[in-house]
Amino acid sequence: MEVLIYLVPLALVLGLLGLAAFLWTLNSNQYDDLDGAAWRAISDDEIGPGRRPNSPEDTLRSGAQ
Amino acid sequence: MRDFSHFVKHNAGVAGMDLALEGVSCAGCVAKIERGLFELHDVTKARVNLTERRLAVEWTDGAIDPAEIVDRITQLGYRAHPYEAAGVESVEAEETRFLLRCLGVAAFAAMNVMLLSVSVWSGNVSDISPEQRDFFHWLSALIALPASAYAGQPFFRSAWRALKARHTNMDVPISIGVILALGLSVFETWHHAEHAYFDASVMLLTFLLAGRYLDQSMRRRTAAIATNLAALRADMATKIIGDELVESPVAAIAPGDLVLVRPGERIAVDGVVVGGTSEIDNSLVTGETAYLAARPGAAVFSGTLNVSGLLRIEATKPASGSLLDEIDKLLRKATDERTRYIRLADRAAGLYAPVVHTTALLTLFGWLAFGSSLHDSIVIAISVLIITCPCALGLAIPAVQVVAVGALFRAGVLLNRGDALERLATVDTVVFDKTGTLTLPEPEVANAADIDAQTLQLAGRLALGSRHPLAAALAKAVGARDPLPAVVEEAGRGVRSVVDGKPLKLGSPQFCDAHQQAAEVNATWPDASVIAFSHGKSRAVFAFRQRLRPDATTIIGGLQRAGYRLAILSGDRTEAVADVASSLSVEAWQAGLSPADKIAHIEAMRRAGHRVLMVGDGLNDAPSLAAADVSMSPVSATHLAQAAADAIFLGDNLAPVATALELSRRAFRVMTQNLWLAVIYNAIALPVAIAGFVTPLIAAAAMSGSSILVTANALRARAARAANS
Repeated sequence: MEVLIYLVPLALVLGLLGLAAFLWTLNSNQYDDLDGAAWRAISDDEIGPGRRPNSPEDTLRSGAQ
Repeated sequence: MRDFSHFVKHNAGVAGMDLALEGVSCAGCVAKIERGLFELHDVTKARVNLTERRLAVEWTDGAIDPAEIVDRITQLGYRAHPYEAAGVESVEAEETRFLLRCLGVAAFAAMNVMLLSVSVWSGNVSDISPEQRDFFHWLSALIALPASAYAGQPFFRSAWRALKARHTNMDVPISIGVILALGLSVFETWHHAEHAYFDASVMLLTFLLAGRYLDQSMRRRTAAIATNLAALRADMATKIIGDELVESPVAAIAPGDLVLVRPGERIAVDGVVVGGTSEIDNSLVTGETAYLAARPGAAVFSGTLNVSGLLRIEATKPASGSLLDEIDKLLRKATDERTRYIRLADRAAGLYAPVVHTTALLTLFGWLAFGSSLHDSIVIAISVLIITCPCALGLAIPAVQVVAVGALFRAGVLLNRGDALERLATVDTVVFDKTGTLTLPEPEVANAADIDAQTLQLAGRLALGSRHPLAAALAKAVGARDPLPAVVEEAGRGVRSVVDGKPLKLGSPQFCDAHQQAAEVNATWPDASVIAFSHGKSRAVFAFRQRLRPDATTIIGGLQRAGYRLAILSGDRTEAVADVASSLSVEAWQAGLSPADKIAHIEAMRRAGHRVLMVGDGLNDAPSLAAADVSMSPVSATHLAQAAADAIFLGDNLAPVATALELSRRAFRVMTQNLWLAVIYNAIALPVAIAGFVTPLIAAAAMSGSSILVTANALRARAARAANS
């Protein structure tokens, strides 16, 4: 039964990790738009500031394909 | 020029704005809008929320005019309306988030404690040593105590509030159960006992929090959509500053401001006409369908429609206070007098708590009297409290509510208030307003059959060039899509154009030189409004009448067959109301009523013991909406009516009213059934507990079993829709 000395703390730590991960997702607003999140996961590229379709970076990328 | 600065929030060099979106339905739209906005320079954040149909934008302060953002979205093929997030909404959002955090903590604790408990249960029947059991129990305590202290907060707070106000709610027995179970478990663990109830208390919290979270988030979602609808009917007014015209949100208009109102626009503020003459459509305010003349010096009220001419108005009240004073006063009084409805859950708790707590006490004394030790008696008494399971009772109603509110949402009914569902279920009398409620907000062409299709089509296309409400109704009725070229509008008279060398005119009979035809049409349709059309030498006159909602006859008939008493209370003229009442075969109707008269009629019905649902849309209906037991408004209703209504229904049909009544009745039945299921469960579990046979294993099995049973039964509340369609 000495194995309990490792296993019990290990189980607890794993559980706490799960809880911490959940609280992190909650704090980063990941439950605010569940419908949108489902779609964003399959969208091809990131949308963000400074990423205009006609920017040189895009031209380079499409040229490389 | 438009001025949206009222909606912009500034924060350390970053400007932000929230917008409600129209026409967004899928991922493609989300990507298109976000990408399109990032193409504007200086936009630093653009995030569409697909669930709530909203957009949050941020940009470098001063770099972009907020109107550019709205225009950009219009270019992309959507419509966006800035809105002011109500304070209530952010509080609710924070509460939902708190519930979810509590649920996470409780679920974590429940899983881990259950892991330890299962080991103890199986160890108890095999080879666990007392030291190992104690270790597992202390470990459970280490997890369960802080977790319950955190995750139990929603219940403890609510119970404390109820006790301070000297009444009980469902959270009182829940809190007592959880605290006693934890206390007993610590005591037992201290005395190296075989049984502890840490798992029961965290599991109870987990189940209840799950129910509460679902309930809360469903309600938040409907509330968000309702707020969007209000924003979509964008309240902008044209302010005159010097010689410049500025589109400004109504909320930013102050007394003394000059406002320009074009024909076909709604007047946004109470004020006095200082320039121009026109006719005013008061139907949203008084329910009266005949137009009133407006000339300089006349007082005009917000919510009314400017029909024919250009008006300059000086605002006399700030937009927020811009309501008919009398209506406002009546509304407040009616809301105060609305009997406090006591919710089913609280009534159940009022019965449940004393019965269970007395039983537990009697059990304690009973075992003492039979010579049992104080310790054993207390353990058994507390196990009675744990097994009687506020769990099933605590889920019985929220579970049904989640299902029913979701079904209503899909049927086009948005609930404004949490207890509206239960109040709807008890209704036996339905009172309708006429204009805009039984009838559609726009009039229809009554004599379309007498006019040849080509003329109708041409007139409809010409009508697209006018902002007159009747012209708009004509264009809509004909389904005209491509406007004629070179249309000239003559304010107060009509529009004209030239096609194939022939002049076209649409407007007053004088304007089109069609007196004779107008007289003929007026003879056939005495209460109709008319506009005339001329094409070369040919003339046509269109008669416009209020049109019943397409399914009004079916729905009213259905409600009558279902045994509801129906009545029409209207502010319109007697003939107009009599006509509608007879075509719907509603016998009880009243015409020409003032807002105070409407309240008096509703109060009389309530005094006679009836439960009244009021369905209305006008400013004049708002007080009676508040005075009725429960109320509904169509989405086309005035702000004030929507704010007073318990529920809003979407679309041109009346069907959502019938669906809401049916679904709520069904939901109420399922709630009652669920409460009975909880009672039956207790009737079986209680004797077992009193006899002292309950172990933590039995408690856990009973708790999950009853919760699943109640939740599964709740799913039946949505079946009404399937039966309906």
